[in-house]
Amino acid sequence: MIYYKKNCKKRLTNDSSATIMNKQIYMLYVHVRGKGILEAEMENIKQKPVGLLILRLFPPETAWKLLIQILSVFSALLVGAVVIKLIGGSPGAAYRALLVGSMGNLKAVMETLVKATPLIFTGLSFAYAAKAGLINIGAEGQLYMGGFLATLVGSSFGWMPLIIHLPITLLAGFIGGGLWGLIIGWLKVKFGANEIITTVMFNYVAIYFISYLVTGPMIEPPGTYPQSRPITDTAILPRFFQGSRLHWGFIVALLCVFLFWFFFRKLKVGYESRVVGSNFEAAKYAGMKPAKVMILIMFIAGGMGGLAGANEILGIQGKLFQGFSPGYGFDGIAVALVGMNSPFGIILGGILFGALRSGGNMMQMIAKVPISTIYIIQSLVIIFVIAGQMITLENRRKLLAIFRRNNGSE
Amino acid sequence: MSINILEMKNITKTFPGGVIANKNINLKLRKGEVHTLLGENGAGKSTIMNILSGLYSPDSGNILINEKPVSLNSPKDAIKYGIGMVYQHFQLIPELSVVENVILGIKQRREPFLDIKGSADRILEYSNKYNMGIDPCAMVWQLSVGQQQWVEIIKALYRGARILVLDEPTAVLIPQEIDQLFNMIRQFTAADFSVIFISHKINEVKEISDRITILRKGQKVNTVETSEVSKPELAEMMVGREVLFKAYKKKAVPGVPALVLDKIEADNSKGLQALKIVSLAVKKGEILGIAGVDGNGQSELVEVIMGLRKSTSGSVKVMDKDVTNAHPREILDCSVGHIPEDRRVSGLMLEMNLRENLILHDYHTVPHSKFLLNWKFIKEHAEKLIEDYDIRTPNSDVLAGKLSGGNQQKLILARELHGNPDILVAMHATRGLDVGAIEYVHKNIIAQRDAGAAILYVSTEIDELLNISDRIAVIHSGEIMGIVNPDNVTIKELGLMMAGSKKDTLL
Repeated sequence: MIYYKKNCKKRLTNDSSATIMNKQIYMLYVHVRGKGILEAEMENIKQKPVGLLILRLFPPETAWKLLIQILSVFSALLVGAVVIKLIGGSPGAAYRALLVGSMGNLKAVMETLVKATPLIFTGLSFAYAAKAGLINIGAEGQLYMGGFLATLVGSSFGWMPLIIHLPITLLAGFIGGGLWGLIIGWLKVKFGANEIITTVMFNYVAIYFISYLVTGPMIEPPGTYPQSRPITDTAILPRFFQGSRLHWGFIVALLCVFLFWFFFRKLKVGYESRVVGSNFEAAKYAGMKPAKVMILIMFIAGGMGGLAGANEILGIQGKLFQGFSPGYGFDGIAVALVGMNSPFGIILGGILFGALRSGGNMMQMIAKVPISTIYIIQSLVIIFVIAGQMITLENRRKLLAIFRRNNGSE
Repeated sequence: MSINILEMKNITKTFPGGVIANKNINLKLRKGEVHTLLGENGAGKSTIMNILSGLYSPDSGNILINEKPVSLNSPKDAIKYGIGMVYQHFQLIPELSVVENVILGIKQRREPFLDIKGSADRILEYSNKYNMGIDPCAMVWQLSVGQQQWVEIIKALYRGARILVLDEPTAVLIPQEIDQLFNMIRQFTAADFSVIFISHKINEVKEISDRITILRKGQKVNTVETSEVSKPELAEMMVGREVLFKAYKKKAVPGVPALVLDKIEADNSKGLQALKIVSLAVKKGEILGIAGVDGNGQSELVEVIMGLRKSTSGSVKVMDKDVTNAHPREILDCSVGHIPEDRRVSGLMLEMNLRENLILHDYHTVPHSKFLLNWKFIKEHAEKLIEDYDIRTPNSDVLAGKLSGGNQQKLILARELHGNPDILVAMHATRGLDVGAIEYVHKNIIAQRDAGAAILYVSTEIDELLNISDRIAVIHSGEIMGIVNPDNVTIKELGLMMAGSKKDTLL
């Protein structure tokens, strides 16, 4: 973006034409749709330092999507600034505090990564399902069920060495969430139950089930606080440094992102899943078993949600209690949306939302802007990203017509 | 006769990305004439139509109605100037009755109350006048496709259309209905209505129109008096080169039966019987055409063969192997290729790239994959197929949805034919393709036949079936009406069989 700004400014001063911005976007458009008679114009752009580095790095379609995505996030921040202004704050100060609070120093960065970790898992959860054409709104419930099973395993078997106990506990978290998701897949395949509705319902079931467990059957021995027994030391995700909460869960999350890429890119079943997601009929015609694929995908998606829960319990909280997730499951949907269901995008999306969460406190303290503003900004990001994705070919045509008129280039 | 009720002057329409849909089109429509727009798919016929209907506005050029310039900015304007559109895909609401569909969106005499009765009377008047046989109170879903088209025409007339634009009206009709349509059109013109008839079927065009405007690649080639041109001339102007009207093919050398259906019965998705005791045998080295009006059990027949629908009785044998109700994968693995009914619905993953589309059947076999997918091999193989089958694309990274219809079909052909299947089941393999692409598909399918494949070829186009098949079985309401030899059957006989007469009763 800096590159873009610099060149834009330069050209503005050179041409001092009010429509130069339009021209820029129009030329971007030409690049994106750059075919046919506009090819010459495209060549023209390539030779001039028009800016927009993205154009040179990515193929046109991807560049277009990326640009919309980036513009969407910035638009959200812009409207967020208006909101901050309206409630009497100073947008500049608020955003500066937000930036410092989330990225200002090494410690802040690490805290951002701490917040990003569960979001990456839940983002993956949504993305797995989305790739196979399913909409998993149930990461929150899967997270709780993963946390539950991880606690069950993690608070017992203290005699095992860490190297065995920790992986088993993580696996338990995966399976806990996975089975919760698998039921959704089964209901979908067997009865045609819409997964959007069932996953939302299952969230409530899981959340209240955990409330029941920690106030009853799983309550820690004296029975004073509504929480489970602590996780034994052999199942705790070790932290990297003294004084930071950043723990090995982040590495597990990155590993899962890699596996996500590997699954869809390299495995036959990953290909099948994408075919099912892209065209269910074609999958049937090709002799795949879409039902099986969907159940498997929901198991894995649920497992990712479960890992988010296990990660939070084993890395941060150390025990199971009511409401231990501040909505990580739901934010995961936004992470996947912002990240366009791509591995790298999910990491970036996770860090973006993690930063909003971790910088929020600083913003409240320094700029005196209430932390709930963060949720407004988050929602704005979601709205703008979805709106951005609606910019279809037809809309692009209309945009082009407007730019052309303003430019008088025809 | 010489009054131009509609005139389009120098109409140009360019789409972003530089696609020129129309370039300097001039069109004069006289009062009381049938004027055909003839052209391949993508020649710009639909764009003209959309400009006339007010959906698109042209970049430049004028439209004159009754020699006065007008601007058509919305479908409302078009109706105001008496232009009535009948689209290829009907704009009817199946759950409503005919009257309700016709009066939809029109101001009623007694607002806010509906004038169902008065409207029904008027509809009945039209129906009787043009011999349509429409009951105004019938629900649209109960009507046959032909009748639905009549309703569309009534809709246009009801709105006071003086110029009727018919977009490929015959695509969905059986021969008898086509005759009926042509009679209607003649009645319209006798009453000084004008008709713009959009088509790419030369036979019909020759029969019905007074003048023909030929379009190619967005440009007008010529406007001619129908009586002054021959069919081959028209075809040549349309595609810009000579077309082989008759697909060149050697005499079939049928071998042993490869695909044998024995007394197959099956239900459709609504649970009603769709196939009644269907017995067919397709021999190696022959093309068995299946003729019939859409929706007479062809889809179910293909689905039963491919294992996509359970048969309730009877058996399917592929090369003497019983595959009745087997899993689709098992059937595909018996060297069966399948060109599905609708390439966009079930043939391609439009949001996936060409490589990923090409491996749909092979991805689980060596060398495409052992444990992991071998993208290097897949890419090389895909590029070879793209070249072999002349798929016009910059590379295999392109999404299948970005290809034109013809190239999409080539993609499917490449996928289904490159392994030289013993059996090929093709359904509507040329639907929506232009003449050049149709020829390409035919050539490839005939080549497969000559290589010894048994081919079941389902189509609704009689001309095509007569052209390509070695035998034609006619299906009606899930029953085989008879099997005929394309060399000694008339179109009329086929039409009667498609309408439900058994072959034996014809003679």
